[in-house]
Amino acid sequence: MLSVSVYYFAILREQRGLGQETLSTTAMTPAALYEELRLLHGFTLPSERVRAAINDTFVLSTTSLREGDRIVFIPPVAGG
Amino acid sequence: MFKIVSNPIDPAAWQQTLTNVEAGACVTFAGWVRQHNQGLVVLSLEYEAYAVLAVAEGKKILAEAHERFAVVGIAAVHRTGHLQLGELAVWVGVTANHRDAAFGASRFVIDEMKARLPIWKKEYYTGGATAWINCATRGEHGGLGALPSS
Repeated sequence: MLSVSVYYFAILREQRGLGQETLSTTAMTPAALYEELRLLHGFTLPSERVRAAINDTFVLSTTSLREGDRIVFIPPVAGG
Repeated sequence: MFKIVSNPIDPAAWQQTLTNVEAGACVTFAGWVRQHNQGLVVLSLEYEAYAVLAVAEGKKILAEAHERFAVVGIAAVHRTGHLQLGELAVWVGVTANHRDAAFGASRFVIDEMKARLPIWKKEYYTGGATAWINCATRGEHGGLGALPSS
């Protein structure tokens, strides 16, 4: 099990009901972790529409998670 | 210079930062909060940013613009928080020796900002409905469908 911090923004923050949590997971990648959390919390966005950042850098959804990572799931953006 | 700010943007002050006697052209773009989107009446907008990554990505976009276009200076800023109609949400300014590079770089910067910055927009409509733009999924969010960004 890895202990990681997950940060939520925008629609994910609202659907989760909080902006940050620390959790233990057996997921090995951001994609697997998102799928676990989507099923748990009923996120409406499918995983293919969500990107991930680890420790403030964009990463591939297949990147390996490490102990203590700060993970941000990024819904489709809409700046401007 | 690239910033994410929560206070109102002063375009004159931002343009002042680009002052340079080497430049013969200055192109600026201002993105305003507008009253409608896809036939719905918009009352106000809320912008939320993942600020650390948005600033890093914004600086990367400006660096790319410097590589692609013969510009003298570039400054860009995006606001966050709850904005009312007519308020300035985003501002881009580019100076160059000649206008072609200034027009091209300003278009490049605003397009890349919209596509790449981790910033999200929630629209507030008449009647109390709201929607996170680009985040709708079929059959949900009151049937608003997938709304494009402005």
